[in-house]
Parts: sequence; C-alpha cells; structure tokens
Amino acid sequence: MRDISLHILDIAENALRAGASLIEIDVTIDDGQDLLQVRVQDNGCGMSGEMMQKVRDPFTTSRETRHVGLGIPLLCAGCERTGRGVSISSAKGRGTSLTAEYAFSHIDRPPIGDIAETLFALTAMNPGVDFVLTAKRNGTFVFDTREVKQTLQGVPVTSPEVSAFLNGYLKEGTEQVFGGSNI
Amino acid sequence: MKSLTELEEIRKKTLAEIDVRKAGNSTRVVVGMATCGIAAGARPVLTAFLKEVNKRGLSDVAVSQTGCIGVCRLEPMVEITLPGSEKVTYVKVTPEMAGKIVAEHIVNGKPVTEYTIGYFEENS
Repeated sequence: MRDISLHILDIAENALRAGASLIEIDVTIDDGQDLLQVRVQDNGCGMSGEMMQKVRDPFTTSRETRHVGLGIPLLCAGCERTGRGVSISSAKGRGTSLTAEYAFSHIDRPPIGDIAETLFALTAMNPGVDFVLTAKRNGTFVFDTREVKQTLQGVPVTSPEVSAFLNGYLKEGTEQVFGGSNI
Repeated sequence: MKSLTELEEIRKKTLAEIDVRKAGNSTRVVVGMATCGIAAGARPVLTAFLKEVNKRGLSDVAVSQTGCIGVCRLEPMVEITLPGSEKVTYVKVTPEMAGKIVAEHIVNGKPVTEYTIGYFEENS
C-alpha cells in the first residue's frame, strides 16, 4: 500500500461490504500535536466481539476466495512504525468506527496520497451510498454527497458532467486545506 | 474556487439528456477493489475508465467495484459485461490500457484478446 489515501479506500471498501449506506471519512492534520489522524465511520452491519478480537490478525478474513486479509494489519503496521496506532470500535448492527493515527513528521509516515481521487472513486462507483469527507489542516473542507444529491435532484452523480465537476471540486478543496497534494 | 452552486447549472443542462437512458440494459465495468487490487494499482485504473467513459459520453456504462476475485497475482483486474454477452476478464490492467479496452470492447463490441485472462494464462 503506497500511501494513506489507498488505505482509506481499502477501509471504505470494508464498510461497503458491511452494507453501509453512510460512510464518514475525516482526515485531520494537527501540526501543533504532530498528528495525522484518519477516521472512517460507517453505519454498516458492525462486527461481533469475536471478530473484533482477531481483526488485526492477517490470517483473518470474512471473504471466501482466500484465507488472508491484509488490509487492517498493513494499516496497523504503518501507524505503529511512526509510534502511533489504530483503534477500532464496533458493535453488531451498529456500524464500525476506525481511527488510524500517524506521527505527522515521522520519517516512516507514508505520504498522504490523493485523498480526492479516493473520494471520487468511491462516489462514482457507489451512487447509492453517501460519503462525507471532512479534511482539516489550514481550515476545513467538507464534501457531503447528500448535499450534492440534493442539489442535483435526481440527476445521477455518475453522469459525465457531474463526475468531471466533482473530480475538480475535490482536488481543489483537499489541496487548499492540506497545502498541496504532495505531503 | 469551485462551488456547489455550479452543480445547479450542470443539473439543468444534464436533465434533458437523461430520459434516453434505459435501465437494466447497460454495460457493466467492474474493477477488483479488495486490498490486493488497491495495492496493485486499481484506483488509477478505475479513474482511467471513468475518464474514458465520460469523455466519450457513454451514459449507459455503469462502473462499479467488487471484492477479491481470487487471483490476486493478476490484479488489477477488470470485468466487462456487455448486454447479452459473456463476461470478459482483463488482467494486470494499467491506466494506459483503459482507452483501448473502452474503444475496442465497449464501443465496437470486440474484446481486446491479448489483455484477457485466457490469453495471459496461455502465453506466460
């Protein structure tokens, strides 16, 4: 996994598999506390206590095509390399919330990557699911597909003109808040 | 700075074109988006397909994701199903291949054989 935005896409895919209809993604850089925090919260089916116990184990997976699941173990390893970590809270039927923290200035912190492209991909592939991105550093940028859909009044988010607009809107918003995409 | 109010203009322009679309009769492009797919580069492949489809104004093409297809070593994988046809599976797809696949397969109905899983497994 090359950067943090790809991890976010991976965790959001887990939320989609859990049947979520709303996925909230917060990406916060707090320069004062030297912290980069990612939170992905969904309203999907949640995990049982038993699953929660072993979710960090690479030999645990809910899929049936193979026996390993590397998404969460890789995310944990990346965070722990910077001296921080991942916390997960979940309850069956009540959704899951995952928080991943990195020491922002640590040499081993992966680049943040293209958060805009992750949100664009999720929105374009899942017109029936709502996503909220809250990006914070120099100010706050909020992207909420519920707001987008309300404005569109039935015009699909996947139609070409809308798609092109959202792509540019997300890029501009995230770059402005984070101070460039190459961080 | 872009603002969501621009969406209102786009909505009015797009509204007129929507009625022509027929539900259930569309081409499906499905990209493998499990950890293996994402790590192998599925996201830029997906956006390349979206851009190509949008550029050509192909409004009857639905692009979506699936989990692990089970052959992680061949990711990124893309499955394309034309209405009334068998599914075609492309392997080790790059953003550069998306243009050719959209033009030859989706627009002209002829799969790009040399990118398919069958061709790859026989010739490697």
